[in-house]
Amino acid sequence: MSVGKSVPRVDAYDKVTGRAKYTDDMVEKNALVGKVMHSTIANGWVKSMDISEAEKIPGVVKILTCMDVPDIQFPTAGHPWSTDASHQDVMDRKLLNRRVRLYGDDIAAVIAEDEVAASRAIKAIRVEYEQYEHVLDPYEAMKEGASQLHDEYPNNILKHSGFEDGDFEEAIKEEGLIRVEGTYETPIVQHCHIEPPVSYCYMENGRYVVVASTQIPHIVRRVVGQALGISWGKVRVVKPYIGGGFGNKQDVLYEPLNAYMCQQVGGRLVKLEISREETFYATRVRHAMTFNIVSYVRPSGRIVASQCKVVSNQGAYASHGHSVVSKSMTSFRQLYNYEKACKVEGYTVYTNTAAAGAMRGYGTPQSVFAIESHAEDIANTLGMDPLEYRRMNMMPVGYTDPFSKNVNYFDSLNQCISRARKAIDYDQKRKLYQEQTGPVRRGIGMALLWYNTAVWPISLEVSSCRMVLNQDGSVQIQLAETEIGQGADTAFAQMAADTLGIPFEKINTISTQDTDVTPFGLGAYASRQTYVGGMAVKKTAVLLKQKILDYAHEMTRMLPEDIDLVDGNIVWKTNKNKILLSLEDLAQEAFYSMEHAQHITAEATAQCKSNAYSLGCAFAEVEVDIPLGKVTLLNLVNVHDCGQLINPQLAKMQVHGGMSMAIGYGLSERLMYDEKTGKPLNDNLLDYKLSTTMDHPDLSADFVENYEPTSAYGTKALGEPPAVPGAPAIRNAILNATGVAINKLPMNPHLLYPAFRDAGLI
Amino acid sequence: MIQRKTIQCTINGKQVENVVDVRASLTDMLRNDYRMTSVKKGCEVGECGACNVIIDGECFNSCIYLAVWADGKQIRTLESLTGPGGELSDIQQAFIDEGAVQCGFCTPGFIMTAIEILETKKLYTRDELRKLLSGHLCRCTGYENIITAVEKTMLQRLEA
Repeated sequence: MSVGKSVPRVDAYDKVTGRAKYTDDMVEKNALVGKVMHSTIANGWVKSMDISEAEKIPGVVKILTCMDVPDIQFPTAGHPWSTDASHQDVMDRKLLNRRVRLYGDDIAAVIAEDEVAASRAIKAIRVEYEQYEHVLDPYEAMKEGASQLHDEYPNNILKHSGFEDGDFEEAIKEEGLIRVEGTYETPIVQHCHIEPPVSYCYMENGRYVVVASTQIPHIVRRVVGQALGISWGKVRVVKPYIGGGFGNKQDVLYEPLNAYMCQQVGGRLVKLEISREETFYATRVRHAMTFNIVSYVRPSGRIVASQCKVVSNQGAYASHGHSVVSKSMTSFRQLYNYEKACKVEGYTVYTNTAAAGAMRGYGTPQSVFAIESHAEDIANTLGMDPLEYRRMNMMPVGYTDPFSKNVNYFDSLNQCISRARKAIDYDQKRKLYQEQTGPVRRGIGMALLWYNTAVWPISLEVSSCRMVLNQDGSVQIQLAETEIGQGADTAFAQMAADTLGIPFEKINTISTQDTDVTPFGLGAYASRQTYVGGMAVKKTAVLLKQKILDYAHEMTRMLPEDIDLVDGNIVWKTNKNKILLSLEDLAQEAFYSMEHAQHITAEATAQCKSNAYSLGCAFAEVEVDIPLGKVTLLNLVNVHDCGQLINPQLAKMQVHGGMSMAIGYGLSERLMYDEKTGKPLNDNLLDYKLSTTMDHPDLSADFVENYEPTSAYGTKALGEPPAVPGAPAIRNAILNATGVAINKLPMNPHLLYPAFRDAGLI
Repeated sequence: MIQRKTIQCTINGKQVENVVDVRASLTDMLRNDYRMTSVKKGCEVGECGACNVIIDGECFNSCIYLAVWADGKQIRTLESLTGPGGELSDIQQAFIDEGAVQCGFCTPGFIMTAIEILETKKLYTRDELRKLLSGHLCRCTGYENIITAVEKTMLQRLEA
């Protein structure tokens, strides 16, 4: 069996030798170079553009402006298309935008023979703007008189929604309840995949071929079609290896503009590389959110009712829009069990900042920071042990989501807590860190994690797989679910090997997606791939195996039900698995038989109509230098129940990466804007503080494996969950060390120093 | 008028002569003229370390190193580590064994810094290794297994 083993990843050799080909490694060197011109105001209108000087620059081939582009607004979110118009993604941008809505909006594009000419041309384009007052804060944006970013959305409210379980007002009338209120704020952060977005496009036989660093090739195909107003079959998208995505490349970024540039130069090859700086301000970011939570608890610790109001900063364009805060709201409802009532309300608001989209955790890093900070605040208010408070109130075993019918089958949260608590020596350290004095203090804290696997029943969940038998008994497998560094190609090969009964080494996962030949699927997002993709792998493998056994029946005359495929051999099941012939012999016969030649292949689509909770926790230990306002993370332990592990080593690697992202989110990362101009201040990797080797302790990742019964291979979400609980765990550890509750991220010295001073510690 | 200059240097042991645009970076030259696909572009301003190569025994971000400066220099890229029959070096194998590779984009740069560290033949503590590797950004791995891969290879080489 291959599932459950830490086999080396299938792409490792190519990646350690530099042979793995990423988008820019494949483009022909005679490609024309595209460059985007970005606005230098945050809010306004392009009155005019003078390109006459720019056009004279040697090497400039064509200049496209926001006055030229088709009058088509298109969506960019990496969601499956909905045939229900009311459920379709918001279409609020054009290929280039005359109405400027952020500092760095796309207003023109240059195609040139080389990069220098393209850059010079952009500098030579004269733009006259009509400037409006910009608004960076969603609360300000909702006020009367604030500049309106999109005419269709009054007060800049993209969407407002809410729900109420029970009757909140009635519930809080109970006598003796203790009221706890908190406001928790999270910042704008960026994905910072190491490979910036890049694509190239050329025309072949009247069709557009777009090669792109994307997580979602089939969705890119559809959106390029929509944006250019051409039929979708005219677009072919190829996705090679990509240097990380984390949700930014779950958006259709510059692929449509690249295709348009190609169209405008007669189908010639145009490459469009996005710089690191552009990646920060002009692609996507994580929504900054502010949560106000009011809870009513009994002195015993039981939470009776809770109300949460959340405002999410959408930035200038809708991208994934309100669906991100919707997931935040669902986590609020489900991570804790409110005895009588839970009332939640959320706003998604346009502002003149970078468009916010999907980023690892999809609204839950924000909400879980708020929920788990608040849980700690309640426990502290009651003088209760934080673990005890959580045990009393967290999602119980057997909980069923009224909407998705998703069941919490196992006692995963308690199991994860127990394991992490022991690993970090929580009880002992909690005692040790009581009543500390002095400028340097230590603390320990934790946070729970809730996540949903995949997106059903909100959206379509579907995956298709193709398997093709080779002459030597090896098999290609092909899915639209993409390898983006997480190890999907390897995991799918392990799954296929087991269901088929073929050695792992004989499975070739076709890593590159090509929408002309790759069966339809949705791509890498929502931590869905092993869950939804796994269903397609299993269904297709069962089909292929049946075809192989049917052919074996012809060759052996034994009934298909009496034979099996085990370890690459056809065996006589009812006679101790005696080997009858090898799959290689069978394949050779099937390929070249003069009697019955057959290319044995299989293809199937699996539509997924279920979902699974992925639960876990993080425990953090910190040392706080109070006068410096500086936190050193001493230890971080994550424990997850993501069901059966397909590949324990790969799973651990995923957790490490998520923990690292959580460390940055908690302690250092924030994309800042100049209030006066709306200009991003730290749109580069020097000033934007991504965590380095120096900012990490050794990371400890562990698992509880409860086989998920709704999953083809027992798995559930793991890609995103590790990035979720770290920041609140660190926050609660700082609280434990200093007694100061920090309700804002990142908890850097700029924030901590005044907080400690105000608390009288300095 | 584009200014060009003829330079001579050694790339992975092979003597080459090239006419380069004086504005070109060494990253551009290695990627465009020699198709060294291990030299990655992550920021092009010396922040991320993805384009790191060894020049006369010392690591540099090749994106902020002009191609003309390479005149007379010995340049080593990740491609030099793989044997003629495709054999992996110990550090490449360690990156695989320890699970230090995910998207793979930062990997070549990290491995070249690891080579610089290993070739000092010194014993470093894990904290010292952290510092020596801190010029590279990785968003996938949390650095954990990368540090372990370098540490294990260092210990193996020192034992041998």
